[in-house]
Amino acid sequence: MSLTQTSTGRAIRLEGISKTWGDTRALHDVSIDIPAGSFTALLGPSGCGKSTLLRIVSGLEQASGGRVLIGGQDVSQMPADKRELSMVFQSYALFPHLSVAENITFGLRTRKVPRDERAKRLDRVADLLGLGDYLSRKPAELSGGQQQRVALGRAVIAERPVCLMDEPLSNLDAKLRQTMRTELRALQRELGFTMIYVTHDQVEAITMADQVVLMNGGKVEQAASPRALYERPATPFAARFIGTPPMNVIPATALGEAGAKLQAQAGRRLLAGLRPEALHPCADSALRLSVTGAEYLGADALVQGRLGVAQVVLRAPGHALPAPGETIPLALAPRDLHLFDAETGGRIPPSDPASLLVQAGIPAGPTGAAAPFIQHEDH
Amino acid sequence: MQKRQWIHGWLLVLPAMVFLLLFTHVPALTTIWNSFFSTPRGRRPSRFVGLDNYDRLFDDPVFWKVLGNNLWFALGTIPVSIALAIVMALFVNRAFTGRSLVRMAYFTPTVLPLIAVANIWLFFYTPGFGLIDQLLGAMGFGQTNLLGSPDTALAAIMAVTIWKEAGFFMIFYLAALQSIPPQLTEAARIEGADGWTIFRRVTFPLLMPTTLFVSINAVINSFRLVDHIFILTNGGPDNASSLLLFYIYETSFRYWDTAYGATLTVVMLALLCLLAIGQFFFFDRKVHYK
Repeated sequence: MSLTQTSTGRAIRLEGISKTWGDTRALHDVSIDIPAGSFTALLGPSGCGKSTLLRIVSGLEQASGGRVLIGGQDVSQMPADKRELSMVFQSYALFPHLSVAENITFGLRTRKVPRDERAKRLDRVADLLGLGDYLSRKPAELSGGQQQRVALGRAVIAERPVCLMDEPLSNLDAKLRQTMRTELRALQRELGFTMIYVTHDQVEAITMADQVVLMNGGKVEQAASPRALYERPATPFAARFIGTPPMNVIPATALGEAGAKLQAQAGRRLLAGLRPEALHPCADSALRLSVTGAEYLGADALVQGRLGVAQVVLRAPGHALPAPGETIPLALAPRDLHLFDAETGGRIPPSDPASLLVQAGIPAGPTGAAAPFIQHEDH
Repeated sequence: MQKRQWIHGWLLVLPAMVFLLLFTHVPALTTIWNSFFSTPRGRRPSRFVGLDNYDRLFDDPVFWKVLGNNLWFALGTIPVSIALAIVMALFVNRAFTGRSLVRMAYFTPTVLPLIAVANIWLFFYTPGFGLIDQLLGAMGFGQTNLLGSPDTALAAIMAVTIWKEAGFFMIFYLAALQSIPPQLTEAARIEGADGWTIFRRVTFPLLMPTTLFVSINAVINSFRLVDHIFILTNGGPDNASSLLLFYIYETSFRYWDTAYGATLTVVMLALLCLLAIGQFFFFDRKVHYK
């Protein structure tokens, strides 16, 4: 099941990468550090430049400015095939006229690896990916999941230190995607290569990556571990992008007295970020939600309502659905309150939100922003 | 009800079928029929002669000559025009300024009528002051008469044909190239393939259906396109540039030996059928249809 020799990944460093096409600026001064052997996800909405960035790393596209370093070596001017990396395309890019075996060993043949060495490696990879029975088939005779594995096989057979993937799972159905997520992650750990993985799906990024680089409009919004991204989003965009349903980002004044005090303390207008899972119905609180609707999901429910004038959503247990028109008091743990500068969008660490919230009559309740199995670090 | 649908179907097919029968199948059959009869002349009506016409054909040195010419013509024009077409298609498939202009220039010979093309080339070939002689003269060579000498007449005709055909085939290759996803080339590049390897192992195999289509058309055209011979050489000198169809035309409509013309036609049709069938079988293993 395992490849005997594991290749070691190489660190990748992007320094001030920019890319322009005529007047359109696709990437703007992107700098990222990717440790050797890590799994980094480039996450963002479509058109944010993540695929372009991947193509610049691969050498299929030239950056307009900045440097790409792989393993400490500046490869900015190097052609794609000299960068010692492999790539999996969204469309898989399998050669339709070649059999599975020929597809997987394509790169070994162009690099003149001897025939028996090719056969040996093909055996191992076919074994690893469970493709043994399909080696003589053409790609068109395979299911989407099998085609995906062939593309993976082609990428891992050469045991390159870096592997790039461009939305490799987006053409699979939901169930298969989940299986492949686990498999991909296991494969990357086992072979030890450095992975850059482009996706627009936050679940993929959060579940697989060591580091998530959240991009927006050609810029890096935040580069952090999945946990840090969820627990301490750096910008309102990051706050809204991660988490389903997204975080409620509302003017701090909607929190009533507490919000006003927070603003006074910070000396500027603030945005407050409240995760739907951080708001808990409680016995009594100054924070009161007037319910406008609810969406029953089974285990829990999403309750829509208004805090002052701001629309918010909260996650409530599915068995106790409030009716529209009701007013429910809400508890909020101080550590679950995110504050952003309303002008610059930067994150603002609240000085002492705990006492402030309690003074304003908002009880703490249980903390809900982080999954219970994750250990809490410093704050 | 069943029967009425049947009639309805035949009625729908009828108009097309009538024309197809009238102008294709009936003439083909009459041609075969006529090839077993003698040519009617004056008061002598045509009579059944069995395989006499075919005997005559086997002993006819001109027939063998034009058949040989046609073979060389096909061998000379088809691979070259296909290769040129692929090269031109690869060239204009890339992005560069003036691309549509170049594409149009490549396609122009196809749009021009072959007769007009032949007249242009006639000027090129004119001994003494034609374009070719002027160029050769400037380089210090003497006069040539490419169309007039038996050694070069066929080659001169072939050059015109290649010029005319390559642009036409390019259009098919260009369309085929554009249907190949660019990711395939990119994947091959990442896997260390250089331009030639990409062409040999990815692009060319994926162009095979087009190559099959184009080569069948090219074979048929190599028997069918004779218009320029009328302008350029009239088959001469000494049948050096005469092709099978040109010989058929001369026999049937210049010498009015219609029975022998029919015999030649039957042989040509048989040849074309064999070639087309052969090509399908030969290529079938190598063609990957998507």
